Amino acid sequence: MNKIKFTIDGKECFAEPGQTIMEAAKANGVYIPALCRYEGLKPAGSCRVCTVRVGRGHMAACTQPVAEGMVVENIVPDLEDMRKSLIEMLFVEGNHLCPTCQKSGNCELQALAYRYQMLVPRFPYQFPVRQVEPVGPHLLLEQNRCIQCLRCVRGVKTTDGKAVFGSVKRSGKKKIAFDRDLAAGLSADAAKKAMDQCPVGALLKKEIGFMVPIGKRKFDQKPIGSEFEDKRS
Amino acid sequence: MDRGAGWFKLMGTPKSAGTKLLSVSGDCARPGVYEVAFGLKVQDLLKMAGGLDAQAVQVGGPSGTCISRGQFERKLCFEDLPTGGSVIVIGPQRDLFEAIHNFMDFFIEESCGWCVPCRAGNILLKKKLEKITSGKGTAKDLQEIESWGKTIKAMSRCGLGQTSPNPILTTLQNFREMYEAKVRNDKDFISEFDLAAAVKAASSLTGQKLTEAHHE
Repeated sequence: MNKIKFTIDGKECFAEPGQTIMEAAKANGVYIPALCRYEGLKPAGSCRVCTVRVGRGHMAACTQPVAEGMVVENIVPDLEDMRKSLIEMLFVEGNHLCPTCQKSGNCELQALAYRYQMLVPRFPYQFPVRQVEPVGPHLLLEQNRCIQCLRCVRGVKTTDGKAVFGSVKRSGKKKIAFDRDLAAGLSADAAKKAMDQCPVGALLKKEIGFMVPIGKRKFDQKPIGSEFEDKRS
Repeated sequence: MDRGAGWFKLMGTPKSAGTKLLSVSGDCARPGVYEVAFGLKVQDLLKMAGGLDAQAVQVGGPSGTCISRGQFERKLCFEDLPTGGSVIVIGPQRDLFEAIHNFMDFFIEESCGWCVPCRAGNILLKKKLEKITSGKGTAKDLQEIESWGKTIKAMSRCGLGQTSPNPILTTLQNFREMYEAKVRNDKDFISEFDLAAAVKAASSLTGQKLTEAHHE
C-alpha cells in the first residue's frame, strides 16, 4: 500500500491510509497536544485541544483522517493561544485546586497548563457546586475536577464488556454518571486502571492518592510532550 | 417543473438561481412565508412585510447575521446574505441587547455539552455580555468578547458551536456604537468588583459610610 504524503508545520510526514492526523503525527515524531485522547480508546474529539488547521478549516487531529497532500498547521501562535484558552476554560468551569489534588504531577490538564504557561485564566472562575461520589468499593468520582473527556465512559468496562460510566444531561450541566451495580463489581486492579486512564484527578483509587510524593511524579520529571519534542530539538 | 431549468434560472442571481421561501417574523405588519426571487434587497422585503421602521433584521436565524438600517440595501442570496429562510424583524421599540441575550440563552440551552469550547465557552461569552450590558464593561471587554467568540467558532466540533457566537460577533460589527455606549472608556480596572457592595454588610454594622474617595 502506498504511503500518504503530507506536512505538519512544513515537516514532510508519511501516513498509512486510514490513519488520523494524530496517529500519523505520532508515527512521525510530531507532538500534537491533546487531552481526551487515550491510546487504545476510540477517539471522542471532545476536548478540541488537538485542533489543527488545514487550509482555512479547523479540525480535531484525533478524529480527522490524513489525506494526500494535506498541509497541517500545528504549533502556530494563534492556534496555540486558542488551545491555551480551552485549557483555561476547563480550569474555570470546574474547581481545580492543584496543591491539594492527589493527581498533581500526574495530571494532564495541569501539565498542559504548565506547557502553555498559564498563570491566571483569562476567564472568570465559575465556582460550580459539585459532588464527590463513591464508585463501588475502590473508586471515588471527584466531580469538581471532571473535564468531560469521556475516557472513563469509553474505557472502563466490566469483565463482560459492559460500560460502567456514561454521561448525563447537557450543556453546562453535563456530567459523568455510573451504574452502581456494575461499579460495585469493579476489582481493585480495574479501579487502578480507571484512575490511570483519567487525565485529571476525577477518578481516584482509594488509599493510593499520595503513595508517590508530589515532586516525583510523571510530569514533575519531564513536561508533557517532551517524549517527542526532545528528540526533535 | 414543465417550464425547465432555463426559465427557473431567469430568476435570482448568477450564483443563487430561482426563488427562495422566506419565513418573515417579528415586528412587521404582515409576517408570513414569502416566496421571492433570490437577490431581493432586505429593504424590499421589509416593504412587502410592512416592517420598514425596523432597527435591525436578523437574517438566517440566531446563528445568522444581524444587520443594521444602513445595510438594508444588501441582498438575500448566497453571494451576500445567505439564509435558510428565517428573517426576524426587530422593531425600533426593542432592546437589541435583549434579543442577543435570548439568542445566547438558546445556544447555551441547545449545546449538547460534548466539546469544551461550546459547553464552557458559550456560558462565559454570555456572562461577558451581561457584564457589558450592565454597564460594568471596559473597552478591553469588547476586545475579549470578540476574541473569545472567534475561538469558540474555530474550535467547536459542530455547526452549533461554530456559529453560536454570531449574535454577538455580528452585532459587535454592525452595531458597534451600541456596545461602545455601554462600556466605560475612562478606566481599565476590574470593573465587575464593586467595593461598596462587597463591604456593605460590614459597613452597616460599624456605621461607616464609604465615599467615592475609597474607590480611587
